[in-house]
Amino acid sequence: MAEVGYALFLIPGLPLLAFLLISGIALRPDRERIAPAFLIPALGGSLWLSVRALVAVARHGDQTAWWPWVYVGSISLDFGALVDELSAVMLVVVSGVSLLIQIYSIGYMKGEIGYGRYFAYMSLFSGSMLGLVISDNLLQTYVFWELVGICSYLLIGFWYRRPAAAAAAKKAFVVTRFGDLGFMAALLVLSSQRWWHFQFGQLERLVAQGILAEGVVAALALLIFCAAVGKSAQFPLHIWLPDAMEGPTPVSALIHAATMVAAGVYLVARVYFLFAAAPAILFVMALIGALTLFLAATMGVAENDIKRVLAYSTISQLGYMMLALGVGGYTAGVFHLTTHAFFKALLFLTAGSVIHAVHTNNMWQMGGLGRRMPITAVTCLIGALALAGIVPLSGFWSKDEILSAAWFSEVPGHEVFCGLALLTVFITAFYMFRLWFVTFMGEARSAEVHGARESPWVMAGPLVIFAALAAVAGGLKRIVPGTGHGFGELVRFGEPHEAISYLVIGLSTAAAAAGIVVAWAAYRARLVSPAAFNARFPAVYALLKNAWYFDRAWELFATQVVIAGSAVAAWFDRHVVNGMVDGVAWLSGWFSRRLQATETGQVQFYAMIFVAALVAGLVAVFGRETSLLDLLRLGP
Amino acid sequence: MMSIAPIPIQPYLVVSVLLFAIGVLAVLTRRNAIAVLMGVELMLNAANINFVAFWRYGGGEQMEGQVFAVIVITVAAAEAAVALAIVLNVYRRFKTVNVDQINLMKG
Repeated sequence: MAEVGYALFLIPGLPLLAFLLISGIALRPDRERIAPAFLIPALGGSLWLSVRALVAVARHGDQTAWWPWVYVGSISLDFGALVDELSAVMLVVVSGVSLLIQIYSIGYMKGEIGYGRYFAYMSLFSGSMLGLVISDNLLQTYVFWELVGICSYLLIGFWYRRPAAAAAAKKAFVVTRFGDLGFMAALLVLSSQRWWHFQFGQLERLVAQGILAEGVVAALALLIFCAAVGKSAQFPLHIWLPDAMEGPTPVSALIHAATMVAAGVYLVARVYFLFAAAPAILFVMALIGALTLFLAATMGVAENDIKRVLAYSTISQLGYMMLALGVGGYTAGVFHLTTHAFFKALLFLTAGSVIHAVHTNNMWQMGGLGRRMPITAVTCLIGALALAGIVPLSGFWSKDEILSAAWFSEVPGHEVFCGLALLTVFITAFYMFRLWFVTFMGEARSAEVHGARESPWVMAGPLVIFAALAAVAGGLKRIVPGTGHGFGELVRFGEPHEAISYLVIGLSTAAAAAGIVVAWAAYRARLVSPAAFNARFPAVYALLKNAWYFDRAWELFATQVVIAGSAVAAWFDRHVVNGMVDGVAWLSGWFSRRLQATETGQVQFYAMIFVAALVAGLVAVFGRETSLLDLLRLGP
Repeated sequence: MMSIAPIPIQPYLVVSVLLFAIGVLAVLTRRNAIAVLMGVELMLNAANINFVAFWRYGGGEQMEGQVFAVIVITVAAAEAAVALAIVLNVYRRFKTVNVDQINLMKG
């Protein structure tokens, strides 16, 4: 297969074109039924091109293309596409997952007000994410990065008439913006250097040759990590993700599996050469990842909203990815990003299927859905097993790679991180099976359940495909179809290396199994009573139920610290900055009042000034050579 | 035959300077707008004398000096026509041609 060339631009281009077409044609209520007819073929085309790009990368190496963008003086920027192994895999995952989710959306969003608008936003979202993935320089990445952010704002607030949805959208936007400041600062740091280099290849060379100062590299790594913390919902900026559940469920699936939160991890992987040169920042990353994965998992335990449980699990799994990248497990992190995309999309779509049937998000108003919705129940079980990390489903392979990477890492404190991750495997299995048992097993707990029916095939079909992917994606570790290489040989930083600790694998499997058993005992067999536990330790329950009070803490921070700081800034602005401006105005006023005296309105006074100026000018020019006496000395 | 010594250029220039100075003085000090205009005419004529004198003594082979003087006279006539029209209108508006009292542009 030949090289892909400029067709690379079509990968994000097709969905963006679909966005334009839908916006132009299919927004009107009487026409919006045709909206998916633009997006689905566009994403199909993107997927096909992505697969071609992946194969071409495996055979011929990196695929690139560029158009001149900005050429000013010594500055030259290209609008470029760079598809290497990392971005090729991401392209296939993003376009494939998006495609399935959009097909599912046809059924899920049927009859909603704003059906056309939904697909327009979704096109822009997919296109922006694909554009981010193919970007070959940081500036272009930033543009798409913000586009992804604005799309998630639009989609989380899709039901904008609901105050909760509008607030959640705003929260997601502001909180991620907080992290984006880091990205912007990184760009400013970079442009303050002598080289106007934003391309990943150029940057990597600068770092490799040690031309960039060590401090600059560390600053860049830290700032970009800040951006990733916001986008990928890491502690302490994770608070937006659970609220983002206010959007339609397929949106959540897309945000959690393929687009928004994946962008953060992808960016870190993309500029991993910066992090590799700044070990201190790697440690920070591992620490944040470990904290996030543990805290988020504990938050998921006490949550009753089915989608919010999944949201916390996403935060936790993203923590695993960050931990993997932080401890040097580059392949493990990206591999988990891939497998997670499949099983998390699956889990969200099954949750959507359930919500579609019973019209509530509260697990305690479900129950006994297993018999009424067998496909959803079974696919959800597969997703839960994969997330828990049970052999041989995909989550097992990727999670154990992360645990092993943490185990064998040289980062200080890696044993603690590994232990925390192992403990979290238990918690993960527990809350996932709590969700599954409460939703699908036992007796029906509300009238809605009795009327619940299996979703139509346009929704169930993607579930089955995702379930199959979630089950077998672990096989990518051995071979990625079409490339002839295993995942580890394909996506790697430096030499491929694989070290698997059977001790860690055994412990994690045991932890996952224990989590499932405890969930079974508590929520199915009723051998132990969760209510009794909560009554016994009300403080623990309150802590988990309120998600460790992070929202409260941020609120306090915003209302107390920020306002106090703003008051100081406002005083400074009013008295110092404004004072300077006022001072300049006053000074010019003072001078003009003095000058005003010369404007007498007397024409003859003006004429006198002309004459005086003329005489003065003549004396100044000729006075040196000729004295007045010379002029008057008559004679030839 | 006793030839009359040729008149040197300086007397012309002295006359011209005096004429110009008187013109400037009139422009700067007279209150009557008509008198101010007359001052301007004096200055123009001082310039004319210079043109002709320098042409005559400067060895000009063509008639530049005279031509310039004629042009200045023409322009002066036009200027006088326009300026007098303005003065007339000023008089209609302000009922005076005293330039001291016409100071609407005072800052």
